[in-house]
Amino acid sequence: MAIGKRGNTLSNIDWTSIFIYLILVFLGWINIYSATYDESHVSIFDISQKYGKQLIWIGAAIVIASLTLIIDSKFFSSFAYVLYAVGIILLLSVLFFGIEVNASKSWFQIGDFRIQPVEFTKITVCLALARLLSNENFKFDKLSDIIKIIIIFTLPISFIFLQNDTGSALVFFAFIFVLFREGMNKVIFITAFSLILFFILALITNIELLLFISLALNVIGFTIINVRSYQRKIIFYTAIALAVISFILYRYTNIFSDKTLLLAIINTALMSLLMLVLFIIKKNKNIILFLSIIIGVAIFVLSVDFVFNNILQQHQQNRINELLGLSSDPLGIGYNVNQSKIAIGSGGLTGKGFLKGTQTKYNFVPEQSTDFIFCTIGEEWGLLGSSLVLFLFAFLILRLIFLAERQRSAFSRIYGYGLVSILFFHVAINIAMTIGLAPVIGIPLPFFSYGGSSLWAFTILLFIFLKLDSDRLQVFR
Amino acid sequence: MSHFSKRKYVVGIIILTIFIAIFIKLFYIQIFDKSLKQSSDNNSQRHVVVYPGRGLIYDRNSVLLVCNEAAYDLMLVPRNMYEFDTLSLCSDINISIEDFYAKFENCKKYSIYRPSIFHKQINSTQYAVLQEHLYKYPGFFVQARTLRKYNEGVAAHILGDIGEIDLETLENDGYYSGGDYIGKSGVEKYYENVLRGSKGVQIFLVDVSSNIQGPYYEGKYDKAAIPGKDIYLTIDIELQRYGELLMKNKTGSIVAIQPKTGEILALVSSPSYDPQLLVGRERGKNYDSLLNSPTRPLINRAVSSTYPPGSIFKIANALVALQDGLIKTNSYFPCDVSKIGCHGHPPANGIARAIQYSCNPYFYFVFRNIIQRGIEKSIFKDSRIGIDLWKDKIMTLGFNHSFDIGLPSVNKGLIPSAEYYDKWYGKHRWAFSTIYSLSIGQGEVLVSPLQMANFCAIIANRGFYYYPHILKKIEDEDYIGENTQKTFTPFDKEYFEEVVKGMDYAVNDDFGTGGYARLTDIRVCGKTGTAQNKGKDHSVFIAFAPKDDPQIAIAVYVENAGFGGTWAAPISRLMIEKYIRGYVNDIYLEKRIIETEILN
Repeated sequence: MAIGKRGNTLSNIDWTSIFIYLILVFLGWINIYSATYDESHVSIFDISQKYGKQLIWIGAAIVIASLTLIIDSKFFSSFAYVLYAVGIILLLSVLFFGIEVNASKSWFQIGDFRIQPVEFTKITVCLALARLLSNENFKFDKLSDIIKIIIIFTLPISFIFLQNDTGSALVFFAFIFVLFREGMNKVIFITAFSLILFFILALITNIELLLFISLALNVIGFTIINVRSYQRKIIFYTAIALAVISFILYRYTNIFSDKTLLLAIINTALMSLLMLVLFIIKKNKNIILFLSIIIGVAIFVLSVDFVFNNILQQHQQNRINELLGLSSDPLGIGYNVNQSKIAIGSGGLTGKGFLKGTQTKYNFVPEQSTDFIFCTIGEEWGLLGSSLVLFLFAFLILRLIFLAERQRSAFSRIYGYGLVSILFFHVAINIAMTIGLAPVIGIPLPFFSYGGSSLWAFTILLFIFLKLDSDRLQVFR
Repeated sequence: MSHFSKRKYVVGIIILTIFIAIFIKLFYIQIFDKSLKQSSDNNSQRHVVVYPGRGLIYDRNSVLLVCNEAAYDLMLVPRNMYEFDTLSLCSDINISIEDFYAKFENCKKYSIYRPSIFHKQINSTQYAVLQEHLYKYPGFFVQARTLRKYNEGVAAHILGDIGEIDLETLENDGYYSGGDYIGKSGVEKYYENVLRGSKGVQIFLVDVSSNIQGPYYEGKYDKAAIPGKDIYLTIDIELQRYGELLMKNKTGSIVAIQPKTGEILALVSSPSYDPQLLVGRERGKNYDSLLNSPTRPLINRAVSSTYPPGSIFKIANALVALQDGLIKTNSYFPCDVSKIGCHGHPPANGIARAIQYSCNPYFYFVFRNIIQRGIEKSIFKDSRIGIDLWKDKIMTLGFNHSFDIGLPSVNKGLIPSAEYYDKWYGKHRWAFSTIYSLSIGQGEVLVSPLQMANFCAIIANRGFYYYPHILKKIEDEDYIGENTQKTFTPFDKEYFEEVVKGMDYAVNDDFGTGGYARLTDIRVCGKTGTAQNKGKDHSVFIAFAPKDDPQIAIAVYVENAGFGGTWAAPISRLMIEKYIRGYVNDIYLEKRIIETEILN
């Protein structure tokens, strides 16, 4: 309160974030120059080339940022739902009037320009979510509020799925951080992460064994949470003993070698029986919850195969297979990632130097100016450059968490966490996919990747928050 | 709300953890994983082998026999190919669309990401067109090659050919890589190391479509190719051509040697073929048809085939008998046809006349003296000693020896020893009467036309020879090998004068067997031979001329042509005349020889 003057955006704004933003955008620009460098168009300002065009997008982004700062901060909360509706309409209309690029019908074409509305939908969803959660009457255990949250996400995600743009749809799952921070039951948070883990495990290990492990884990978890101490001990040690015995039988004898499912069922039955007895004695009603969890997990694990084979598309299955090491085809499905790793790996500690990258410049790496821009950084600037970029992003994201936490208004804080979630998801997944840590889902690296839509969307997303932050002192609790 | 505010740490820690995980992975792939750096180089560097020009081949008079011609292989990296105007490519290199797909499948079968030869040996004209369009054909590039060009259309067996290296050589010799060309026969094979030079390498940076983007480090790591050396053969290509012409439609060989140097002037093997047939895309087809031809034209009969020498071998036996004092120059033996058949002729008083008439019984007795010298009482033991003494002497005349003349596949022939006959008949179970056909060059003895010519050169020199060879010089350096040294034989000159006299009579006297070899102003000395054979007899003749200053020694062997005086003698005469005079007087004889077809 002592530092800033009320109402003066320029003096209250967080210049640190803006400074990092400008560095990232600048680095993005020169890396696009290097990635798409054309000897017949040497000038970085040549607007016939991507690097020249990117400069125009950057100029426009700065104008857009300034305009965003001019808008009254109350506008964003007041018009959050309206903007959300506009975003949904855009998503819907792109299904009818959009054009198809790389099998995704998610672009509007206006003259020479292409705009991807999904990038802007991220902003409007973020605003709508902030508005909903900041409502004083909002409760996480109120059914109507839960339904509202589900609707806010389901609408855009389903339209984006219809556009065949799975990568962008996945971004919305990042909002789980916001929900978690705002008081969502941590069990859901843990469950969500567990489900992802189980999904991966279900694909790489054999189903029956996993089924058993998951049931045992659930029994243990459930016991710890819901059962009083002496019963807890009985159940806990019985479960462990069963697990150890089963493991020994499975590993060192051949009784169950091809009957893991049977083993799992016997164990589960024994555990259920034991708990059933204990619960009946104690008349504990949680038995229903317990049984439903068991059944739920069993269905989930068994359905992974179905989901994988029937819901995911072939190229998505292939990418996941490749990532999990279930299949290896460095010149086929794994080609992009392999080339990308080669490019980054060949950079070494200090890199090959500006414009000296051979892998990115000679097109070995696909999409080297958009989704795989990080390869150019890794190849030409080495570990020093790539970890600097990584550090800048980490710093910016942690800075934004700090800024979000200092907000007086719940709306600003929630919006801030929304920004953090989206930014983090993009950065982490994008970089992780270029080094083979995450499956290749086509999402851009914020501020770096070539293209107007993405740059502008992230600029607006960031500057709305910076505007909200600069006005934080005007907000009464 | 406040009790949820601690959750900011959970969020922060999750985010930090993931960033750290990414950093660790980055650290790993950028610092530890060296294989990625390697892959990057493999990706972006193309090592282009620079093939040096292969050495040229000239004849003794510096006539260019073999030179190089540019050709281009169209290479394909299937991975880099995507949709393009295939019809345009097909018309550029003149193939059908079906061929295109067949070739494409072949390349893909080899490797989808390594370059393989799509279309071989495109000539300069097609290349000019193709080069202009090449940018439209993704994944394709051109690699320059040199092909051999055999200018003269003759001397196929001497020059040989080059072809793609076979697997075995490839594995044993680190210099070569798959698809390299290597000498396969003739001097191309024998002098491969001289002719090939040394490969160089150029390193280029390439993009994903294999298009060259520029030199790697401005060519600092390139290695220049060292061109192969030119070689000059001892062959007189005009004489060679003439010999091949005379041997047209006949099976056999002519070997002509300059006695004063051991230089091989001509080495004809018939049937022959145009060496250019084994160059270019049709090579495989032509090679197969040559290989499968019943006349076996690929064999160099002059050095690889061995025959019974027939009567020319009587001279060798005479020399052995004279040198070992088993006969005198004026010894007389009756023409006793009960021992061995003969033809009517005046009595042979002395060795010279016996050679002139080629009297079989005379040499029967000569050889009996050689084999049964009376050293042991038992004729069986005596024959064993006799034949080995004989063999030792005979071998000094260059028989039973494979001459390293500068060509591959030289056959050494056979001079039988006592041991040899022991194997056939058992020890002490054979004697002179068993092996007497050796006396007239029949039976087990086998001699190559090259050895016959060298033998003739020894006679022409009256007792010594220069090792026969085919390489005159490499670039400007005269070829001086051990092989060019003068080699003496253990026979006295006077005995050579005696056999030369006989050879002179044989050609220039009445009743001589080699009258067809006679020339009016050039004194030719010669000896006929008629090698008995399962089919028709082989016609053999050796000759040298002029008698007192021999310029040329020649051996002619015509398979299944009958009496030596009828075919081999006139061919020798024409060759000698052509070489010494440069032209031939008797064009009717020439015409008769050329037009006659003697094939079995």
